[in-house]
Amino acid sequence: MAVLVIADHNNETLSDATGKTVSAAQKIGGDVDILVAGAGCRSVAEAAAKISGVRKVLLVEAPHYEHRLAEPFAALIVSLADGYDALLKTATTTGKNVMPRVAALLDVMQISEIIDVVSPDTFVRPIYAGNAIETVQSSDKKKVITVRATAFKAAGEDGAAPIEEAPAASDPGLSSFVKEELTKSERPELTAAKIVISGGRALGSYENFEKYIFPVADKLGAAVGASRAAVDAGYVPNDYQVGQTGKVVAPELYIAVGISGAIQHLAGMKDSKVIVAINKDEEAPIFQIADYGLVGDLFKIMPELEAAL
Amino acid sequence: MKVLVPVKRVIDYNVKVRVKSDQTGVDLANVKMSMNPFDEIAVEEAVRLKEAGIASEIVAVSIGPEKAQDQLRQALAMGADRAILIKTDETVEPLAVAKLLKAVAEEEKPQLVICGKQAIDDDCNQTGQMLAALLGWAQGTFASKVEKDGDKLNVTREIDGGLQTVSLALPAVVTTDLRLNEPRYASLPNIMKAKKKPLDVKEPSTFGVDIAPRLKVLKVTEPPKRQGGAKVASVAELVGKLKEAGVI
Ligand SMILES: Cc1cc2nc3c(=O)[nH]c(=O)nc-3n(C[C@H](O)[C@H](O)[C@H](O)COP(=O)(O)OP(=O)(O)OC[C@H]3O[C@@H](n4cnc5c(N)ncnc54)[C@H](O)[C@@H]3O)c2cc1C
Ligand SMILES: Nc1ncnc2c1ncn2[C@@H]1O[C@H](COP(=O)(O)O)[C@@H](O)[C@H]1O
Repeated sequence: MAVLVIADHNNETLSDATGKTVSAAQKIGGDVDILVAGAGCRSVAEAAAKISGVRKVLLVEAPHYEHRLAEPFAALIVSLADGYDALLKTATTTGKNVMPRVAALLDVMQISEIIDVVSPDTFVRPIYAGNAIETVQSSDKKKVITVRATAFKAAGEDGAAPIEEAPAASDPGLSSFVKEELTKSERPELTAAKIVISGGRALGSYENFEKYIFPVADKLGAAVGASRAAVDAGYVPNDYQVGQTGKVVAPELYIAVGISGAIQHLAGMKDSKVIVAINKDEEAPIFQIADYGLVGDLFKIMPELEAAL
Repeated sequence: MKVLVPVKRVIDYNVKVRVKSDQTGVDLANVKMSMNPFDEIAVEEAVRLKEAGIASEIVAVSIGPEKAQDQLRQALAMGADRAILIKTDETVEPLAVAKLLKAVAEEEKPQLVICGKQAIDDDCNQTGQMLAALLGWAQGTFASKVEKDGDKLNVTREIDGGLQTVSLALPAVVTTDLRLNEPRYASLPNIMKAKKKPLDVKEPSTFGVDIAPRLKVLKVTEPPKRQGGAKVASVAELVGKLKEAGVI
């Protein structure tokens, strides 16, 4: 039995979530290898080699893996699939983009966003925005899986796995990279942060995020998130969205400010350890799941909170 | 160019989902069903491409029960030209859906397929990518902007770090994200007109693909309930509680 974990990275840094996906792989059992595919990404392979309990790290470097576009990346993963019983990747946008393509090429059903491993062929995953949890058994010869990282504890970092270079597969040449506009922020990454503070439609503008949310975030060392309504309205970029169809977070502390608590939003944050809700409507559904609800006007409360911290 | 739009009939996004007590699934009896919201965005995008003179014909396809005709009629009322229902009462998994869609694509020869990024019932987020793989086409997932550029398609994608633009060779598969557009409501005259547009009903068996499920659902349970609902009276009390809890 062997499992391949496909690392998430940006050619420079390995994503924190990779260690969590490795621990999901270890729950499946057998030897765990990590694939690092990219361009100029040896430092990522070196970081991956430190993850505990890994047999080896496969490093594949080629210009056509620089942006991990789905078509060449899937072709590479499929070319390596022979030696493995399961292929796992974190359910990031890269994972969600490439793994179903891999699954279809191998003629297997992907098991999306697992939150637990029951046995090597049986997995647990949320459906209906997390309002139901299904346990599924796969009859496929190979398992292709994306992993919800927040549901697993990261593997240790005392490993020293060997790094082995593997050959690139050819580029199918179906797509090409044009550009990227990445959101720049000094704050912690949303899915890795210990504290997340999110703003909703009630904020009304980017300026109000700047004035009422960011200062509190910076005092707490928190990441900033948002509801769909705040993103749709253009107050903050798309990658701030927390929810069923955005990012899933599970920090120690989640503070929802001016967010009503639609099920699609709850799907992305209800596994947080402590939830605080600040909302002027005492009937807002967010209060039902909040450990500490504070009813009132956020434009009054947030400056008080900033001062009290 | 011809555009194919797969649309799925799913539980309406406003419905409070209830898990059946025998743990076999969720209760769908007498609940409101709708077109998957991401598929409405897909239909809207196809209609806009047609209005811009880029798309020539829009074919909506659904794999589902007889009643999925309602969602196909909605697509027709929004501006699709024809519809195909592949009728089945069985649960069809994304891989099998992709295989059926591939068969339809081979018959219809579209230049573009626009899927939703995710069905809000199974939350799988895989059908479009699988279809692209099976057809050997390029894919542009989680699209927030789609632009024809000569014989290529530029797709701006919502990714974890921000936005990414890729250029796709055609034919291609695109999957929609929330910011791609705001779907229109069908007008009453268009709803009336849609009743006369062609809607073919086919059987999965005529496509000669194996649609047997690969995943066996052992059980469906309720998520753990959170103990919430407590209120604090002031900012000072809140900060005190958070310090007590050791989270700040
Ligand atoms: C297919 C689909 C996918 C979706 N995916 C997501 C997702 O991933 N994430 C997500 O968040 N949503 C998602 N949604 C949207 C979701 O259904 C809700 O519409 C959205 O979460 C609402 O955002 P909101 O709470 O900011 O806005 P609203 O629901 O409008 O709530 C605003 C809240 O602010 C409060 N308020 C107003 N003024 C003040 C003030 N001065 N002080 C304090 N409180 C105030 C109000 O009482 C209200 O409760 C999705 C919807 C669909 C259909
Ligand atoms: N039964 C179906 N009929 C038509 N289209 C479907 C069906 N299932 C999935 N799709 C399409 O695939 C997208 C993604 O679905 P999923 O992979 O199940 O999350 C949906 O938004 C639809 O566009």
